[in-house]
Parts: sequence; C-alpha cells; structure tokens
Amino acid sequence: MRSVADAATPTTPAAPDVGRAFRALLWRDVFVTGRELVPFLLQVVLQPVFLLFVFGKVLVELGFTTSEYSDVLLPGVIALAAFLTALQTTAFPLVIDFSFTKEIEDRLLAPLPTHLVAVEKIVFSLLRALIAAAAMFPISLWVLGSLPVTWSDVPVLLVFLVLGSLVGACVGMTIGTFVTPNRINVVFAVVLTPLLFTGSTQFPWQSLDSLRWFQVVCAVNPLTYVSEALRSEMAPGVPHLPMWVCALALLGFLAVFGAASLIGFRRRALD
Amino acid sequence: MEPAVQVSELVKRYPGRPTNAVDGISFTVARGEVFGLLGPNGAGKTTTIGVLTTRVLPTSGTASVAGVDVAADPVTARSRLSVVPQRPNLDRALTARQNLVFHAAYHGIGRADRNRRADALLEQLGLADRGNDKVDNYSGGLAQRLLIARALMHAPQVIFLDEPSTGLDPQARLFVWDRVRELRDGGVTVVLTTHDMDEAAALTDRVGIVDHGRLLALDTPAALTRSLPGSATLDVDVEPAAGDTDDDVLTALSALPAAERVEPVADAGGLRARIYLSGDAAALVGPVADTLTARRARLSGVRIGEPSLEDVFLSLTGRELR
Repeated sequence: MRSVADAATPTTPAAPDVGRAFRALLWRDVFVTGRELVPFLLQVVLQPVFLLFVFGKVLVELGFTTSEYSDVLLPGVIALAAFLTALQTTAFPLVIDFSFTKEIEDRLLAPLPTHLVAVEKIVFSLLRALIAAAAMFPISLWVLGSLPVTWSDVPVLLVFLVLGSLVGACVGMTIGTFVTPNRINVVFAVVLTPLLFTGSTQFPWQSLDSLRWFQVVCAVNPLTYVSEALRSEMAPGVPHLPMWVCALALLGFLAVFGAASLIGFRRRALD
Repeated sequence: MEPAVQVSELVKRYPGRPTNAVDGISFTVARGEVFGLLGPNGAGKTTTIGVLTTRVLPTSGTASVAGVDVAADPVTARSRLSVVPQRPNLDRALTARQNLVFHAAYHGIGRADRNRRADALLEQLGLADRGNDKVDNYSGGLAQRLLIARALMHAPQVIFLDEPSTGLDPQARLFVWDRVRELRDGGVTVVLTTHDMDEAAALTDRVGIVDHGRLLALDTPAALTRSLPGSATLDVDVEPAAGDTDDDVLTALSALPAAERVEPVADAGGLRARIYLSGDAAALVGPVADTLTARRARLSGVRIGEPSLEDVFLSLTGRELR
C-alpha cells in the first residue's frame, strides 16, 4: 500500500497567493449556487413578484388604484429584491456556519487575511443580488405588460443596485455575526418586516410629508435610498429624492455597516 | 534546523473568564516528530492548537509554525499547516472529492495538480469509491479519513490533529493511527491532542501533559512512566523451601536494593510477592531469582506491571485523567 505521506512530501512553499485564494473562495460559492439556480431564483424572486402582482396588477384591475401606481411600485420592488437578497445571503448562512456546521472553518484557514473571507461573502452576495434584480425586469414586463426602462438607464440603475446590494450584504453580515443563534429567528422577524415596509418601496418618500414620524423612520432605512434612486431614473415624474442625496446616504450606510460587518466577522472568526 | 513548532510562554485568557485557558505553556516540536498534548477536557489543549493554527489570538507569548510567527503572519502560517478538527467541518454543499479539490484551490494549487492529488489521496485513504458521495452520508470514521485527506491536499509541513480518534470505533481508530505513523515516516510533523493515554503512548514520540492550562511534564512516554517513583511492579509466585516461612521470603526480597516495598498479594493461591520499584521491572527478575535460589525456594511465576501515562497524570495532578 502506498503511504499517505507520499502525497504530502513537504515542499518549500512560495509566498501564498492571496488573490488566487480569494477567487477560489468566490468560485466555490458561485459553483454551489450555480447548481441550484432555479431554487435560488424562486427563493429571491417570489416575494417581489407577488408584491408586484397584487399591488401593481390586481388592485389596478379591481379599481382600487390607478395604473400609474405601478410606476411608483416597480422601482421599489426591484430595489427590494436586490437589497433583501444581499442581506439574506450574508445573514442566515453565516449564523449557521459559525454556530453549527463550522463549514466555513476550512475557508478561514485558507491563506488569505480573515477580513478578505468576509469581503468575499459580501461580493458573492452582491452577485446574487444583481441576478435577483436582473430577473425582476423580464418578470415585471410579464406581470405588468410594460417596462419603463431603456438601455440608457442601465448605468445609473447598475450603480445604485450595486451600492444598495453592498449595503444590504453588510447589514446582513452585521446581523449574522452579532446576533446569537438562539435569537436569530426573533431578530429576523423583528428586522425583516419593518425593513420591508419602511424602505419606501411601495410609496415615494417625499409624499410622506403628512406622516412626518413615518417619514423619519423610513429615512433611517437604507432601502429607502435605493428605491428613491431607482425611481428617479425609471419614473422621473414621481416625486423622488435627488440622486446625489441617495448616493451620499448609501455611501454613509456602507461605511458604517461595512465596518460593523468586518468587526463582527472577525469576532466570530477569531477567538 | 529550525523547529517545526515553537511555543514560548503562551498565555490565552478569554474575556470575562477568571483564569487563563492557557497559562504560560512553552514547548518545541522537532521536524518529523509526532508530538502529543495529553490532558483532560478543558485543560487548554484545543486552545493551544487554536493559537498555533491562527484561529485563536494569544493574550501573550509567541508561537511559530514552520518558522512563521502565527500571530504576526497568519496568512503564510496557514499555507504551511493544516488542521484535522475535533468535529467534522466538511463542506456539506460539496461531494467528498470536491471538498478536497476546493481546499487545494484555496491554497493556490493548479487544476491538474489538485485533481491528481485528490484522486491519489482518496485512493490512499480508502475512499476511492466514495469520492462522489455527498459528505452528509459519511459516517464518523469516513468523515475523519476525508478530513485527513483534506489536510494533506496542500502538502503542509505541520499537521494538527485535535482529538483524532474521539468517537471513532476501534477499527477506525487503528486506521487513523496507521495514517499518523505514515505521516511521520514521510517526514511530516504531527501535533495531536488527546485525552486518551493509550493513544498518546501508542503514537507520540514525545508527550506533554497539560492540566489547567499549564504544561506539567514533557518527555517520551517511556521516560515519563519510568520517572514515576514506585509505580512499576514485579509480581513473583514463590514456593518456599521446606522450613522457610513466607515472612522470611518477603523480608529477603525487601532487602534487594532496587525494591522499594514488598507486599504479599492476598488473593493468590500460594505465596505471591508484589515488589514495588522505580525504573525497569524486568531488570529485577535476575536478582529476585538469585535471592530465591539462595533460599532454595522455587520461582513459579513472574508478571511485570508497567506504569501507564494514566499513573503519571495521577501522580502529577492527584486526579484521574477520565
């Protein structure tokens, strides 16, 4: 019988290639998701599709709202799909990985700095979020029968979807690393539902003047700025925040939650 | 040649804990050595391994693996070491073979090379026909083999095994032991933790006994047990000559220079004397026979009782290991 040590003869290793390790981690996540593309799409797209269908189609057909409402709703729903997908991709798996399966340990022992393992998770969440957002466009065409987007809108939409997804991923990682596993269900219920309804996805933020306290609440939800930015590009006729305000707010959230998520990840990864 | 592992005055205190989990441990492991840390659960073994494998930040002291300071340059250290953890942490989204291939990819090994190594290691660890199984379906023994294969994928210089045979059936345990011996024969340095004295005695070149975060003793298993005062025993069955009494025989045996104490064993049929001594019991067989021959007594039986690492632990701490 050959010996196990034959395959393990120590060699003089060169300095580790950090970039290569990073790409390998990313490839692992893409590989695993790629095998489950259909379940993944169902998971991220169903909720926004029903939102779009009930509020943008059913209520219009029944005469409770006008077809103009879909102009308000569609950008918000696309923002929601991206933001929530990014958030859920970092939050839930990390809680399970760190607390139960420890599957991430092999990647934490890969030859790259620990914070880059966290960055990889955020980049991967961004990829998933962009796919979820992209899937919304043909779906909305199918559900609503029209799509108020031209190719010239794509750069601006992309910038804000990327920014929004990064913030979502960092919020998710912050939750996933700071919340103890026995509380994660409660925290998700307490955090997700308000996020869903205070993100200005179903209404323009500026129209909330008459409901001042709710306007303030919505202003601290990063999703508001993604919705508003998409709305200003896709439905300029609807009242909306200026794009630069949205960009600035999202960059601010990114700095805060980016730092918090890296601190949280490090706390869980290293004792 | 620089040592494979060097630990100096290592201290780890977890926040909010009243005592140090690791409390000033120092040791050196030579290249190609199998080194064991033996101690009860909670002694600080796993924390020490945690520091050496870059997952636990030391409070003070230094530790280096393959010449790399693990706290100052964890990235390079990770490329030179690997870990077989106490609990399986296999990637359950992947098959067994993919676990190996992706591990190698993280470590920058090229595609052709990693595929070849994965196949070779699956073959060597007896997993060739299970390579495409999901690791969810793996038993404890199979998972342990796969963890060892994974640890070898990037050809580490030092491999750390945390409680390598805990929870395994006897057959799987012997399989793991054989693989550890092969690693040593192949020049890989092995550091393992165990609370099993048999494992420490069977596998390690040197063993450190750890309790409450401190290293109490460090030597080869044989030297540790030899150093234990009065714990080796030699039982001799004697048929005294006519006219000689049991007491006189015992007194004569007590007079032997190496014997520390002699007692009759009550449950024996005839006269059985138990001689307590330090050092090698076998060396006393000759003098005992001479003494008995001089009294025209007949020696009808001899049994050597070797002290174990369990006895060493007991004498160092006053407690049983388990």
